Amino acid sequence: MLREGQVRIPAGCAISGIFHRDGTREDGTRIMQSIKVMHDRSNGLGGGFAGYGIYPEYKDYYALHVFFDTQEARVACEAFLDRHFDIVNLSKIPTRRHPRIVDEPMIWRYFVRPLHVKLEASQLDEREYVARCVIRVNDQIDGAYIFSSGKNMGVFKAVGYPEDVGAFYRLEEYKAYCWTCHGRYPTNTPGWWGGAHPFALLDTTVVHNGEISSYDANRRAIEMFGYKCNLQTDTEVITYIVDYLGRKLGMTHEEIAHVIAAPFWQTIERMDEEQKKYYTYLRNAFSSLLITGPFSIMVGFDGGLMALNDRLKLRSLVVGEQGDTVYLASEESAIRTIAPDLDRLYAPRGGEPVIVTLNERSAQ
Amino acid sequence: MHKTIEMQAAGMDYKALNDSLRAQGASEITVRGVMGQRYLGCAMQDKNLTLYGTPGNGLGQYLSGGTIEVFGSAQEATGDTMNAGEIVVHGRCGDAAGYGMRGGRILIRDDVGYRAGIHMKAYENHEPVLVIGAGAGSFLGEYLAGGLIVVLGIGLDGKYPAGFFCGTGMHGGKIILRCDRKPEGLPEQVCVHACTEVDRAEMRPHVEAYCEKFGGDPETLLGAQYFVLSPNPEKGYHRMYTSVI
Repeated sequence: MLREGQVRIPAGCAISGIFHRDGTREDGTRIMQSIKVMHDRSNGLGGGFAGYGIYPEYKDYYALHVFFDTQEARVACEAFLDRHFDIVNLSKIPTRRHPRIVDEPMIWRYFVRPLHVKLEASQLDEREYVARCVIRVNDQIDGAYIFSSGKNMGVFKAVGYPEDVGAFYRLEEYKAYCWTCHGRYPTNTPGWWGGAHPFALLDTTVVHNGEISSYDANRRAIEMFGYKCNLQTDTEVITYIVDYLGRKLGMTHEEIAHVIAAPFWQTIERMDEEQKKYYTYLRNAFSSLLITGPFSIMVGFDGGLMALNDRLKLRSLVVGEQGDTVYLASEESAIRTIAPDLDRLYAPRGGEPVIVTLNERSAQ
Repeated sequence: MHKTIEMQAAGMDYKALNDSLRAQGASEITVRGVMGQRYLGCAMQDKNLTLYGTPGNGLGQYLSGGTIEVFGSAQEATGDTMNAGEIVVHGRCGDAAGYGMRGGRILIRDDVGYRAGIHMKAYENHEPVLVIGAGAGSFLGEYLAGGLIVVLGIGLDGKYPAGFFCGTGMHGGKIILRCDRKPEGLPEQVCVHACTEVDRAEMRPHVEAYCEKFGGDPETLLGAQYFVLSPNPEKGYHRMYTSVI
């Protein structure tokens, strides 16, 4: 047996993303190539992808991707979905056998829309209705986990190296205007299918490299608003914070970034009066949603993508641009391998969000 | 011994590539198609590596002699704890370049990320030098204990070329920044003075080396306005970390 010091496993999670501002859709081949270059940052205990624009034929329906541990869980979950939604299509998510992807749960996909009568009776906004249903299934039906619930987008994740996970889910058969990807090296929590990234609620997805020192403070704060943090990993709390600040409070992604990666008080002290007022307000009003500890994240949403580092920039992140295409990754090599000639390459500063959106949306 | 060899690294695992580099008898090695492989030239003593592509993290860690020249960018922790030799990067460099560097020289053509040159130290005849062509991220030279960091601010029109918390806790060494106005809001451990002839003479050989590698006129660069950051003797950090009792 090798002793401490004789074996070294270099790791630290990897993230990568591709975004086409002009709405061009590409299949999953290049995002898999990109993440593969950073193979050594993961340890095979989690990999996953989010693709936006992949279900144009069902774009008005919520696409629910679900893991079931048992047939009983599937029966219970389908009964729940039947009571709350009109299910227009259901099927197993197509996968291929892969020697390094094993012990898979049942993986199903449902295209649904809320039952009109139920929705009316609930007096909720449609998205809130769907979000509450997803949280309820994940919290109360043992062995069922809805890991993707947005429109015209989907999350694909598993225990394994990300390039193997992509092959397992046949991502070369999906076309997206935005791909994000994660290779996992879990440090504090178990590696399991539900614990792989991205974490998603409605169209918000998060991939994360780092660890959240403020996790318990953040969890206590966000659970007061109806979210349940029960997936045994810190990243899910970021998804709920982004959903809460964005969907419920109507904040822009830039404002959200300034809450979760707020500048230091001593940095705020040196700003001009107007900026000082703005940042002081955000820090005071949302102090328990400040995320401390090292992180680089990518937040996908309908029509856009935000990348963000912790304010000390304790994790790496680079951005490359070529025409209307934007590439983001933990390492420059992961970008250069699929886009050797870039118009521009830069590293964003800590706490400074990079937000890209579809041209047609930003024109609106 | 002055044999030259050329290799192709595309698709190679970092261990295989490093093993292969170490096994080479040649002293001049060119590697093409480098893509993210880590630890290249780690603890190397006597070879000259020329790399094309994007080498991975930890390039030239513990480098103890020889040279590494990269045609492309370098990533994180380049020249971490290096002792001697030279690393030349024809591009930009990620975070923590020259971390804990104890000797030798790193020349970076463009930007450098956060925490460049933190914990650099000098002793006996070891004097590490880090030259950055464009700008640097925050925490440049944090806890600097010795050595020289020069930021040339090329393309920045005389603006302050570093980020927040530059030189926090420094207790030795020197940081020279090209900018038109005296930097403000620096940590209290830092003293600032306009560049003197002595400072200019100290940076001259390194600016000349920079121009020799990447082009540009050393006299024009040296003629610009610079400010020098040195440890504040009033703040006692030097007593805390470096005095011998």
